[in-house]
Amino acid sequence: MGSNSSNMNHIPDGQQLLQDTGFSAAQIIRLYERFEFLDKDNTGHLRPEDLETVPDLDMNPIGARIIGAFFPPGKETLDFGSFVRILAHFLPADSNRTRAGAQQEPANSTTGKLRFAFQLYDQDRDGKISRDELLQVLRSMLGLQVTEEQLQCIAERAIQEADADKDDAISFDEFRKSLEKVDIDHKMSIRFLR
Amino acid sequence: MLLWATLRMEMEAKEKNQQLYKPYSSGNMLKCYQSLMLIIPELRGSASCLHSEPEFEMADIFYFCRRGVESIVDDEVTKRFSAQELETWNLLTRSHYNFRHISLRLTVLWGLGVLIRYGILLPLRVTLAATGISLILVLTTLVGFLPSRELRFFLTEKVHVMCYRICVRSLTAMITYHNRENKPKNGGICVANHTTPIDVIILANDGCYSLIGQAHRGLLGMVQRAMVKSSPHIWFDRSEVKDRHLVAKRLSDHVADKTKQPILIFPEGTCINNTSVMMFKKGSFEIGCTVYPVAIKYDPLFGDAFWNSSKFGMVNYLLRMMSSWAIVCSVWYLPPMNREEGEDAVQFANRVKAAIAAQGGLVDLIWDGGLKRAKVKDAFKEEQQKLYSKVLVGEQEQGDNKSSEENPEEDKSYHGSANGQ
Repeated sequence: MGSNSSNMNHIPDGQQLLQDTGFSAAQIIRLYERFEFLDKDNTGHLRPEDLETVPDLDMNPIGARIIGAFFPPGKETLDFGSFVRILAHFLPADSNRTRAGAQQEPANSTTGKLRFAFQLYDQDRDGKISRDELLQVLRSMLGLQVTEEQLQCIAERAIQEADADKDDAISFDEFRKSLEKVDIDHKMSIRFLR
Repeated sequence: MLLWATLRMEMEAKEKNQQLYKPYSSGNMLKCYQSLMLIIPELRGSASCLHSEPEFEMADIFYFCRRGVESIVDDEVTKRFSAQELETWNLLTRSHYNFRHISLRLTVLWGLGVLIRYGILLPLRVTLAATGISLILVLTTLVGFLPSRELRFFLTEKVHVMCYRICVRSLTAMITYHNRENKPKNGGICVANHTTPIDVIILANDGCYSLIGQAHRGLLGMVQRAMVKSSPHIWFDRSEVKDRHLVAKRLSDHVADKTKQPILIFPEGTCINNTSVMMFKKGSFEIGCTVYPVAIKYDPLFGDAFWNSSKFGMVNYLLRMMSSWAIVCSVWYLPPMNREEGEDAVQFANRVKAAIAAQGGLVDLIWDGGLKRAKVKDAFKEEQQKLYSKVLVGEQEQGDNKSSEENPEEDKSYHGSANGQ
């Protein structure tokens, strides 16, 4: 299997990604092929439209938000390195190889996963989920199936339950606290094919 | 010779790093919905079981988030539009999905393979193909001049079969026909899953069919016009394709005439990579005649027959076909089906599709082949929202929409996307 790393040569940042994320070489190669498949006009970058061609994503109620997570405001293109680093959030936590000198906490730790989910709610990135932002997410997930009052009700209850310091918004710590009984690692991990 | 080749490949497979193709669970919409209903309550942990009515939890977003990212990494639909992965390498670089340089010996073998394929097999096959096509042109025109009708029918069949046999040899297609007693008869429609334009040759090798399709120009157009002279085919102008009633009328006229051969139709409307069967367009099932389903399954080991029309043009594709080792496929003729009482065209189409998928060992998907080029309808997104709201808000408002998990909702979107086929 020593020939693995020699095939990573044509992948930009291949070796770096191997070190920084918890992916194996085979997984990175596979992800690269997927990246190339999605990159229809072969520019080496993905744009939001490229991700929109995936039918499953298109019909996902929060599909637009997920795409937004890959393209933070101001960034119109996504290179392979960023693509992999974002997907690294979804690695199961136990797949981390212990590396000497891993500087910051890995993306697929519980906190990393929570941060990713938090950002799905907190679109303006101010560190808090405001009532408005919560309403928007609820509207996306429920569409026109519930009335405005029901929506307000649900949002109200959710905020009251989670908001400890009563500032009418949910901070990251409050978010984390309200989810402490949930098995984050299990719910926010996907199985990457070898 | 092929047996020897398989043995060699198996030997090599033991030596090298095998890439295994692990299928994801089926993309069946119903299963997705059911999993939504199960997973979200699970997500909430034990605390919320105490509440009498379910409420929104911050964790609910995890479900959709994970589904979304999973589909970015791999999804059921787009992978049907690219060639299937192989478990072992068949010495063709084109099926070189994830294989790396393993040993010198393998490279030498591969080089040898290239020599054989391009140096010997390809020229042979091209000559054969050229002979076959010119024979079709010449002979069908000749037969068309004959005055006597019975003689014409008789000769047409002979001519067609002979020419298709030549074409089949030119591709080195090893075809196994199963259940030939169910072969389509006159006055019916033959329906098959579509992987490549070669499907036509494979089926026509074993019987005479009327073809239906768009009238092309150039060489293909010439062949089409020649074929019409000796037997009835249905070729449409581009402008006519959009007029569904015209299409339906010509189809029913042809079918009503019992002396005419069965029509060959591919209801998927586009080439799929032979791992699944996608949505059947309902147009051909509305006519109300006997449908003879046929399942075609290619064995990709010796050469992948799938035509990825966005990647390769027709000529390129044919060259690739002729320079593979062989095209191996199985054809199953299924017993004829008729539309039953109270069944509408879409349900009938689904029934036929399920039969074909079951026989061919293919995954039965509800997705529209048109997704190759177009985006998903909003109706699907609405379905998900409906289900999630059910989990949250409860059953009370949903009473009149009780049948939402079943077919009728999907049918609405079928009608939308099958319009104008």
